Amino acid sequence: MEATYAILVRWFPALAGWPTWAVVLLSAGLPALVLFHFMALMPLVYVYAERKVSAFMQDRLGPMRVGPYGVLQTVADAIKLLFKEAVFPRGVDRKLFVIAPLLVNVGAFLPFVVIPWGARLQPADLNVGIFYVSAISALSTVGLIMAGWASNNKYALFGAMRSAAQIVSYEIPSLLIILVPVMIVGSLSLQDLVLAQQGGLSRWFLFRYFPLMPVAFVIFFVAALAETNRAPFDIPEAESELVAGFHTEYSGFFFSLFFLAEYTEMFVVSAVASVLFLGGYLAPLPMLQQIGPIALGSFQLGPIALGWFWLWFKAWVLVFVMMWLRWTVPRARVDQLMYIAWKVLLPISLGLVLVVGALVLRRSTANGFSWDRWFGWPLTLLVVGFLFAVMVRALLWNRSRGRELGASGSPSPVQVWR
Amino acid sequence: MSSPAAGWARDWDEDGLDTDEMVVNVGPQHPATHGVLRLELRTDGEIVRAARPHIGYLHRCFEKHAENVDYPGVMPYADRMDYVASMGNTLGFALTVERLMGIDPSPYVQTIRVLMAELQRIASHAVAVGTYTMDIGAFTPFLHLLRDREKILDLFEWTCGARLLYNYNWVGGVSHDLPDGFIRAARDFLREFDSVTFPELLDLVIHNRIFVKRLANVGVCPPELAISYDLTGPNLRGSGLPRDLRKDAPYTSYQQYDFEVAVGAGQYGPVGSCYDRNWVRVVEMRESSKIVHQALDRLETMEKADVHETVPKRVKPPKGEIYFRSEAPRGQLGFYLVSDGGITPYRLKVKSPCFTAMSAFHRLARGMMLADVIALVGSLDIVLGEIDR
Repeated sequence: MEATYAILVRWFPALAGWPTWAVVLLSAGLPALVLFHFMALMPLVYVYAERKVSAFMQDRLGPMRVGPYGVLQTVADAIKLLFKEAVFPRGVDRKLFVIAPLLVNVGAFLPFVVIPWGARLQPADLNVGIFYVSAISALSTVGLIMAGWASNNKYALFGAMRSAAQIVSYEIPSLLIILVPVMIVGSLSLQDLVLAQQGGLSRWFLFRYFPLMPVAFVIFFVAALAETNRAPFDIPEAESELVAGFHTEYSGFFFSLFFLAEYTEMFVVSAVASVLFLGGYLAPLPMLQQIGPIALGSFQLGPIALGWFWLWFKAWVLVFVMMWLRWTVPRARVDQLMYIAWKVLLPISLGLVLVVGALVLRRSTANGFSWDRWFGWPLTLLVVGFLFAVMVRALLWNRSRGRELGASGSPSPVQVWR
Repeated sequence: MSSPAAGWARDWDEDGLDTDEMVVNVGPQHPATHGVLRLELRTDGEIVRAARPHIGYLHRCFEKHAENVDYPGVMPYADRMDYVASMGNTLGFALTVERLMGIDPSPYVQTIRVLMAELQRIASHAVAVGTYTMDIGAFTPFLHLLRDREKILDLFEWTCGARLLYNYNWVGGVSHDLPDGFIRAARDFLREFDSVTFPELLDLVIHNRIFVKRLANVGVCPPELAISYDLTGPNLRGSGLPRDLRKDAPYTSYQQYDFEVAVGAGQYGPVGSCYDRNWVRVVEMRESSKIVHQALDRLETMEKADVHETVPKRVKPPKGEIYFRSEAPRGQLGFYLVSDGGITPYRLKVKSPCFTAMSAFHRLARGMMLADVIALVGSLDIVLGEIDR
């Protein structure tokens, strides 16, 4: 807010004479508006990406009609949803029915207040930042239960109960894992968490305490999947069992609100995961943190900070992993879900908190093991190399399969006939 | 209070911590009921205390219709019973009438019939396994399997012009001869199916850990129970009994083909679980592919013959009755036919494999989780068109 104020005053010096409330409203409202629109429109891109990812995984093209390669498909869908009638079935508790999707969105959007996009590019650097994120995102659970109860539908009620049980269970391991980086840094502020990872890839928390932190990251990611109701933990909206779970009765605009919240939450948990483990807005190499300054004759361009890009990029990579998972694995059952949360993730994360806590207290290992410098880099290379190999292999396989199918020379008689 | 659990809240006030059972209707419009099945589940939380299936939403009076149309006219109705595997239905009915009339089609026709029946079996099991993975929550395998089914339907369409309801098997023959190049096209399809789709299916879905954990101990049907409820086909073989009419009472020269009868192996849990029933279907796809290969080999060396050679001008079986059963993709499909010597059946009764499979449902579903009920329905692989007829 202060930064916005400074910029605004530089541009409009008259602003300094305005009453305080107007100044505050302007300098806080403007960035909020920009950020909100940025976030609210992002799901259009996610949904398009998800549909394309799923299509490519399923041997089809996905949206192709609206705009080039169907890029405008989600825009058209969004417009359609906004203009559709919102049906209120008989017996619905109207007030709760309307409030519920809004509440879910509150939980999805408010965490953006503390997510740092750069050293100064952050709406508010709360000193309880990460605590605020987990507290406020738990609000959306209330919305889900409200939706399930108000819908007057048994499937919706099932979905709501499942989602309550699921989110409450998975909050615990995820909070315990959040404690681990927090203990290393000694602060709850997201800005401090990011700054403690300065100094390139090897300083990211993912690559410290070599075997421990990767495990912590995986647990956090699994818990995040469950908290956002994504496959393989999408039991609250398991479409083959509960039709659509808690939003079975929703239609039109209110349905699109749930949709919006789901995808926004995906991005939030990915952004939080990158802040906690992947260095947030920090570039993998310190030299990539900004462009320039480039001198173009007499005009000097930049330096342009790239922090926003790095956080955005890391979060997107995690979002993509979520999408891949969703279109790859079957759904777990309710009891299996609880088993994973309480008997697998919870003990491991408790152990991690104890071990890393002890290590942080020891002076010699306060910032990571001595072998991290040697392990961190090879590990990264290994992972990146593995992913690269997988992609190359998939591409080659695709090519060879195409060649094999076309190998018989002329197209198959069936095709000729058709 | 307008919420569904209003009754609960009242009990809560009166008796302290007390819960009530809730009746959940799954279907007839529900994404997991494979048609218009309606399940009435009495649930206690996520546990299903009792389950009652309601059928009849797709009743089309097949048996009564059959009494009013001539024998070739029954064929299209028979197609519409198990609409996912039409070739199997008409093959069964054609064989029934042929037995009654004493017609014996040429080996060429028999080979074509085997070829078509087994291609249909692959297509049918592709749908069964595909929709089953979707019931379990994996979307992608469904589309991959339907892609391969489409290729089989292309072959069918090329041969007889229809993609779903073929009216292909006639009394005494088949409607169309195979088109030129069919053998090569079928081999192209099989090459892709054997080397790509099938291994992919095994790797990505069938041995997937979540998939196994979801199904290996669910809906266990011991052999005695399977027999007492008259389960047939993959459902019976899933319980570990190697009973297959193609082996036990061969028709259409099935005895000349080399294939194995798939049985539930119980790799990951007790024999007879949902996993085993699904496993049988998966293995049967591979065995059917073997049979198709052999049938294609035969056709390559065989002289082409007139497929209408033994088709009678007028189908008018002698007075009498016959019961004939064949191994349709979903199990033993039996036709009981009474003829009074006229051109229409006097009475036709169908013994449907899906109907008997559904009869075991309430027994198996008791005490399951809600998600497992969906898995159980999918593993029984019912087609409502055949249950209701």
